[in-house]
Amino acid sequence: MADFEIPVLNEIPVVPTPKPGATAHLKSFPATKQHQEPLGYPGELVDNWQTKAIEVMGELLGKYRSLPVFLDSCVKCGSCADKCHYFLGTGDPKNMPVARQDLFRSVYRKHFTPAGKLLGDLVGAREMTRELLDDWYNYFHQCSQCRRCSVFCPYGIDTAEISMAAREIMDRIGLGQKYCNEIIGKVYSVGNNLGLPLKALNNTLEGLEEDIEEDTGHPIKFPVDVHGAEVLLVTPSADFFAEPHIDGLIGYGKVFHQAGISWTLSSKATEAANFAMFIGSYENMVKISRRIRDAAIELGVKRIVFGECGHAWRVAYSFLNTLAGPWDFLDPRYPVPQHICEFSNDLIKRGAVRLDKSANDHMTLTFHDSCNVARGSRMGDFEGGQLVIPRELIKASCGKFVDMHPDTIGEKSFCCGGGGGLLTDDLIELRVKGAQPRMEALKQVVENDGVTHMASICAICKAQFTKVLPYYGMEMGMIVSVHQLVSNAILLGSND
Amino acid sequence: MSILFAVLFYAATIVLVAGLGLKVAQYVRVPAPLKIPTTPAPLTQGGAAFRVAREVVIFESLFKSNKWLWAMAVMFHFGLVLVLIRHVRYFIEPVPMVITLMQPFGIYGGLLMIIGLFMLLGRRLVLPRIRYITGPSDLLMLVLLIGIGCSGALMVNFVHTDIIGVKAFFLGLMTFNWQKLPADPLLYVHLALVAALMLVFPFSKLLHVPGIFFSPTRNQVDDARERRHLAPWAAKYEANKTMP
Ligand code: SF4
Ligand code: SF4
Repeated sequence: MADFEIPVLNEIPVVPTPKPGATAHLKSFPATKQHQEPLGYPGELVDNWQTKAIEVMGELLGKYRSLPVFLDSCVKCGSCADKCHYFLGTGDPKNMPVARQDLFRSVYRKHFTPAGKLLGDLVGAREMTRELLDDWYNYFHQCSQCRRCSVFCPYGIDTAEISMAAREIMDRIGLGQKYCNEIIGKVYSVGNNLGLPLKALNNTLEGLEEDIEEDTGHPIKFPVDVHGAEVLLVTPSADFFAEPHIDGLIGYGKVFHQAGISWTLSSKATEAANFAMFIGSYENMVKISRRIRDAAIELGVKRIVFGECGHAWRVAYSFLNTLAGPWDFLDPRYPVPQHICEFSNDLIKRGAVRLDKSANDHMTLTFHDSCNVARGSRMGDFEGGQLVIPRELIKASCGKFVDMHPDTIGEKSFCCGGGGGLLTDDLIELRVKGAQPRMEALKQVVENDGVTHMASICAICKAQFTKVLPYYGMEMGMIVSVHQLVSNAILLGSND
Repeated sequence: MSILFAVLFYAATIVLVAGLGLKVAQYVRVPAPLKIPTTPAPLTQGGAAFRVAREVVIFESLFKSNKWLWAMAVMFHFGLVLVLIRHVRYFIEPVPMVITLMQPFGIYGGLLMIIGLFMLLGRRLVLPRIRYITGPSDLLMLVLLIGIGCSGALMVNFVHTDIIGVKAFFLGLMTFNWQKLPADPLLYVHLALVAALMLVFPFSKLLHVPGIFFSPTRNQVDDARERRHLAPWAAKYEANKTMP
């Protein structure tokens, strides 16, 4: 089924011996002119790209404290080295977080530190050659920006920050990545990542309403552009048609319906994702985020709720206030924005929505903590709520729940292997291999605890798992949305 | 020789203080435009300060990562702290009671530090993935520290030096009332290596010392929804719509 070797899943995890060059051939398609220009980037590699790259690096060093601090502080202890799923799955030493950073750090040393200017090689300083640029392109697109390395670094060095900066530099010298930039372009031209036009969306939603009414006998609505609705729901466009995403969307609809809270989608913001984070572009992040602000103002809503999406939630929770705030025109009684899991869990706890767990009796669940949620955001009003609340929600909907190995969940969660702008077919080998640590932990609970399904709250994780599970001999249907479980268990109709 | 060392230590002190000062000034000046604490993160300023303190004092993240490496790092760093405390007596007169009481611990600290350093060096040479990320400067740094540790330990335990003279020399340097440095080759080696360490400090990975305090993933408070966080350049961008 694949023209590469599928990693073995061990009982006890094994750290590979470095195999230099193991993934040197994995290069995602570069962006062409038509993907670059709508984002304000040069269409092809500019003539003076070396000078330009150093210039942009200097600019970023003056804008992001993380860069000089992280570049200066690394002691090469290697604490992060065996923490990256791409290193664990591929063995390529340039996928060790510190080695990945060093691709960037060597140029920083050469041009921005006295030691590097003076001593060169001795302190690992290198000139920005074409060869090094190629390494940058390959290996900064083999980082899912999952932040797992940051958890284990004694100085909190986050390789994601470095790979975001590297991608910004590459974009600005004309060497962007097709997958990310094409998608951002679609958000600008059509309104969402999938390039789903409004008419198609309306049709889909109408069809969905009919199907659900037929199934349940209840008129669950999926309203678009309703002025004066209480809640604006912003959700990843994959929720509108991909499996199992759409089952999650149905769950949101049922919760709103049952709680009697009016809500709406906005045709201006049919996408929660903000891929500009993956390419480290503040400007594009602002531009994408402002759509949500504009939509909220236009529709006169009181609250904003985000659907199940990992990186979108990081941007929403951690950055939205910065990028598109202040949100003082919304109802101050609720945090802005709210996660759909916070929203539903709260209603369930208050008894406004009731569930019958037995509807999910045929499943034993485990939960995959998505990187950006676990390590880049929060839910609820207490530290670690982003780990607790989704689990509470699952346990409220389903009787049988088992966590995977503690080293692979929570803040130590392993990436699905497809985050950070790598969810593209041209990187399938990397995606399959990078999923190895997660698959290993999953297989353990499947075999030892009879787990049948893994729930997730991220559009990328869901798509990635659907694709890679079969490579490891598991069913793609194992992966479910958290709100799919809620959807199965919810008691519709009168609450008494 | 005394003059040479006097000049060397003045120069090393100036480079160390000015170099670190410039670095810290850079870290202070450059804003962190986005909220990027590695979560779960503390919700209060005090909590975030406590998190940084845990990193500084007990190497919390390293402990999460690798108990062996953590143990080696603790041996080296704690040993070094004890040694430094012991050394305070060469720079002040009269010597405070605590420092006098700490003297024997300083000697054990020295041994601990040297053992730790050798283990760290061994690890670098033996583990293939750590070898891969090790550059010449990483080895030199360990060798330098081992040199300082061993020359010091030799003077304490075997080839005693005229410690009263050494103290007079340093007190003299500090009060600009210069004294002779005892003529002792081992002492020269020890002091030259220490001066070298001070000179490379602001230009090397030793910047992890100030760096840890400025690391946004560790020192930021998780309050993104409650408080709007806006860097000065980002505020300008918001006002003018062009990137400064
Ligand atoms: S952020 Fe994740 S993918 Fe990137 S280097 Fe760190 S562990 Fe690897
Ligand atoms: S854990 Fe941190 S300091 Fe250690 S090698 Fe990795 S990035 Fe560098």
